[in-house]
Amino acid sequence: MPRSSKTEDRTTLLDARAMSRALQRMAVEILELAHGTDDLVLVGIQRRGVELAERLAKLIEKDEGVSVPRGALDITLYRDDLETVGPTPVIGETRLPGDLTGRHAVIVDDVLYTGRTVRAALDELADFGRPKRISLCVLVDRGGRELPIQADIVGHVVKTVPGDRVDVQVEEIDGRDQVDLVR
Amino acid sequence: MTSQGSLGKDLTGLEHMSPEHIRLILDTAEPFKEVSERPIKKVPALRGKTIVNLFFEASTRTRISFEFAEKRLSADTVNVAATGSSVSKGETLVDTARNLEAMRIDMVVIRHPSSGAAEFLGNRIASNVINAGDGQHEHPTQALLDLLSIRDKHGKIQGLKVCLVGDVLHSRVARSNLWGLTKLGAEVAVCGPRTLLPRGIEDLGVTVFGRVEEAIEWADVLNVLRLQLERMEKGFIPSLREYYRVFGVTPERLERSPRPITIMHPGPMNRGVEIDSRVADGPHSIILDQVTNGVAVRMAVLYLLAGGRAELADAAKRGTGGGSE
Repeated sequence: MPRSSKTEDRTTLLDARAMSRALQRMAVEILELAHGTDDLVLVGIQRRGVELAERLAKLIEKDEGVSVPRGALDITLYRDDLETVGPTPVIGETRLPGDLTGRHAVIVDDVLYTGRTVRAALDELADFGRPKRISLCVLVDRGGRELPIQADIVGHVVKTVPGDRVDVQVEEIDGRDQVDLVR
Repeated sequence: MTSQGSLGKDLTGLEHMSPEHIRLILDTAEPFKEVSERPIKKVPALRGKTIVNLFFEASTRTRISFEFAEKRLSADTVNVAATGSSVSKGETLVDTARNLEAMRIDMVVIRHPSSGAAEFLGNRIASNVINAGDGQHEHPTQALLDLLSIRDKHGKIQGLKVCLVGDVLHSRVARSNLWGLTKLGAEVAVCGPRTLLPRGIEDLGVTVFGRVEEAIEWADVLNVLRLQLERMEKGFIPSLREYYRVFGVTPERLERSPRPITIMHPGPMNRGVEIDSRVADGPHSIILDQVTNGVAVRMAVLYLLAGGRAELADAAKRGTGGGSE
């Protein structure tokens, strides 16, 4: 979400075309990683991860001619910081396409930063079955990990410092595709 | 959303709650419904929290509903019933609560026969206090689950005509419903024997129906209240059979309605007194949906109260804005 501030410096990392190319490459990489679509499930993290998972699924479906199951995950109730930051006012939907046991689940999110969201997502997925493999696919890796977590597939890597913000906008929610670094 | 803030420390009633906070609870309850449908019906949101269910009055549904809500949020729970505890040895409410607090608890869910007991307790202990029914005062989580069930069924509450039928005078469910419904813009009516309606209720902008047929003609939703059997002994109504004959919600009466009427009941039902079995089990009854929604609403309340302060919720929003994690 863009926020205005006098001292803000905004650099565009990906415009709509660059984002489209990144997503196409990521879709191909998912297919390679999963050796096809047989066991593949894409799981988007609320909110923008859900839209990105939908896009990736459609790209894969176009190439492969099969339907790819996808789900949505809201990790709010698995966060480790309820005590310190308080409850999130509105929790998004969680829906998964059936039992994940034996499937290859690919978690899709917009930005990978501290890794805490992914930690929560892993815990939450474990409560929905035992996937044979879980991979992580993110549009932007901004560094700054606080946990030993890394992505398998990355759209764009950028070095950031704490206080920076990576704004991901997607057509479905924000009316346009763009990734900005704000510092 | 920022202006919604937090609910504060306690939930004692809906009378002083803003419409925004009521909507916040209902909106938060929505995703919690899905948690109860999962293969593992549990999320770790309240892991490490200790909750005491302090019930000074008999209750099955409400206590179990709270307990499920607490357990599905991974809280640790202890049930204390008045009988067989130190309460029956003459310990005061505050002493009981302070002793529990000395064991480092985080929240108390209290049901008590005295009106105002929840607020009284909330003002004296540091733990969060949730009112699970206090005397004839309020039963806020029941009203919240009623509101959620109406919203699920009709898609809105604003402008709906909701009639509470029966013993409005002694009913904390009715009182909380009146506050909640009016705050969310429903038109509210009551229907029952004059002896069981509060005096001057018309002055609150509530329509009064003396005959259940009139109420049925008017309403989109009937919330049929439980007739407490001791009312008869105390002379409020002549007999249960008479009550059923005059105020019972029956299929024959509902047939005359110009529209399908949603039927609700907070339970436990007296079948054949305030409600006919064919209505309770009929196609327009959402009585069991109310029970399902009860767990979700209570999860939402526990979650929101456990989380704490408004500025912290805002910070959380800033932290997650644009997916910066």
